[in-house]
Amino acid sequence: MKQKFDIIESTCVPLPLENVDTDQIIPARFLKATTRDEKFFGDNLFRDWRYDAQGNPKPGFVLNDPRYGGCILVAGKNFGSGSSREHAAWAIAGYGFRVVISSFFADIHKNNELNNFVLPVVVSEEFLSELFAGIAADPGLKVRVDVPAQTVTNLATGRSERFELNAYKKYCLTHALDDIDYLLEQKDKIEAFERDRK
Amino acid sequence: MNTLFDKIWDAHVVSLIEDGPTQLYIDRLYCHEVTSPQAFDGLRARGIKCLRPAQIFCMPDHNTPTHDQDKPIEDPVSKAQVDALSRNAAEFGLTHYGMMSPDNGIIHVVGPEKGLSLPGMTIVCGDSHTSTHGAMGAVAFGIGTSEVEMVLASQCILQQKPKSMSIRIEGELAPGVSAKDIALYLMSKLTTSGATGYFVEYRGSTVRALSMEGRLTLCNLSIEMGARGGFVAPDETTFAYLKGREYAPKGEAWDKAVAYWRTLVSGEDAVFDRELVFDAADIVPMITYGTNPGMGMPIDGTIPSDAAQKALDYMGFAAGQKLLGHPVDYVFLGACTNGRIEDFRAFASLVRGRRKAPGVTAWLVPGSWAVKRQVEEEGLDRVLAEAGFEVRQPGCSACLAMNDDKIPAGKYAVSTSNRNFEGRQGPGSRTLLASPLTAAAAAVTGVVTDPRTLI
Repeated sequence: MKQKFDIIESTCVPLPLENVDTDQIIPARFLKATTRDEKFFGDNLFRDWRYDAQGNPKPGFVLNDPRYGGCILVAGKNFGSGSSREHAAWAIAGYGFRVVISSFFADIHKNNELNNFVLPVVVSEEFLSELFAGIAADPGLKVRVDVPAQTVTNLATGRSERFELNAYKKYCLTHALDDIDYLLEQKDKIEAFERDRK
Repeated sequence: MNTLFDKIWDAHVVSLIEDGPTQLYIDRLYCHEVTSPQAFDGLRARGIKCLRPAQIFCMPDHNTPTHDQDKPIEDPVSKAQVDALSRNAAEFGLTHYGMMSPDNGIIHVVGPEKGLSLPGMTIVCGDSHTSTHGAMGAVAFGIGTSEVEMVLASQCILQQKPKSMSIRIEGELAPGVSAKDIALYLMSKLTTSGATGYFVEYRGSTVRALSMEGRLTLCNLSIEMGARGGFVAPDETTFAYLKGREYAPKGEAWDKAVAYWRTLVSGEDAVFDRELVFDAADIVPMITYGTNPGMGMPIDGTIPSDAAQKALDYMGFAAGQKLLGHPVDYVFLGACTNGRIEDFRAFASLVRGRRKAPGVTAWLVPGSWAVKRQVEEEGLDRVLAEAGFEVRQPGCSACLAMNDDKIPAGKYAVSTSNRNFEGRQGPGSRTLLASPLTAAAAAVTGVVTDPRTLI
């Protein structure tokens, strides 16, 4: 949901898998909801990796591992590929994540995260592998994401990188505004465009 | 620069936000029942209407059962979602092709067949396979539900302009090789992220020789390489397909439209951000062995030694294994990928005079009622019935198993759909993606079979 971004400092939940598709983030059978109930989607985040068919938590999965927590998810490259379902972003937000760090995001999912005030942070492969190794050695490792400065810092090593965020989206995130708020102010331009193309 | 993608995109720019996205005008929005209800809720919460209701078309397809559609949907949650679309369309004054309407079907099958998707358009839908409509020579791409709400509210979307990629394929396809095999081949070369950030123009003599159905299949699968969309420049094949369709221009307007559509080509001097060239002679019938669509190989190949172990464990396969002769439990013909008339013709041509293998459950699901009617008009339903196959009612069906059509855990399905992700066709299901001909070959033999040995 709409919330202002500033500086976030948190421990991380590591998911060192590549090509995590949105069918895994939220399986299709949970897409039948007609409301944006983030708690429902969050409860079913990574459902089939997280729970067995009887609904018991699978002990090997990171969300069931009490050592890991925090509002930053760290994932392998090509995160969010496949289906355009925004329910995947709702599930990530509903679980309580505010930032996802990866070296590569699928396009549609990246937009969906941004539209739900979850910040996708693209880092280098080196930063990512060092971060995974650091979290494995110390689950208490913290990362700082500074949205105004557009930097992400591994606080264990001090390694810091600048991440991409265009000025428009940064303004939206730091002021809790969404694209629809913006577009609704553009009606004159839209009507002028329609007139001119005829 | 000066690519067809630039031409169409630039013609739809309403404004540019400084150091930000483009405000892009959208000609056509399609809505299905799964990704739209929260967007309509958003309009209600803001107290606003749709800006251009005449440009928005709605139809349920994901939850629809493939039998007894004249009766209420048994699953109350599915029914609620389908009913919500009907109510929302009525409240906001949008065209709605409900279940049992002769116009209903999978949104990406219905749009082209009704002439709603036209060359030069911008087209969006809350569905990643919206890239399908690129076959008409349109810029078409999948979006999220917040973006659906943007378009409902303003007929515009805010997007960063993607980069452009040219994929040129030259030469003649061998018998038994189809558009699906081209796409599976490209994915196996590019991986599922190889075209992320790009919009693809498919070019070359192989693409030109494809029918509209083949082009729709090829463009459909663009997203499985990570591409936002993919398209084919319109040509005589496109115009012949569109002429006379319900929403295609008529009379003088048709001539004017075709004259404009003929200008929709990349310039001789077009510069793409990335250009790839492939030889049709290298493409054979393909099949996937893993849990993403990029994990594909020639049907007579062996699973690569470096294949991800997690995927092989899920599939019950081992590196170095051949799939030819592997038992198959289910066969699925359908989806926005391969649920069109040409796909049914291909399947029927192979099973004609043969019998469905005992032990194989086959679901043949047309992409729309119009496809089902044509299957019957051409007598393909009788050919299929004689071989032991039944044609079901239209919908997305087992492609993502939101209705009753679920592949049971551990079972193997040769499927003409688009994704083999873990659990995609039902929890624990194991999917082998392939063409309609390869699906038909599996259906009559009960094992993975090279269709070239049966044609």
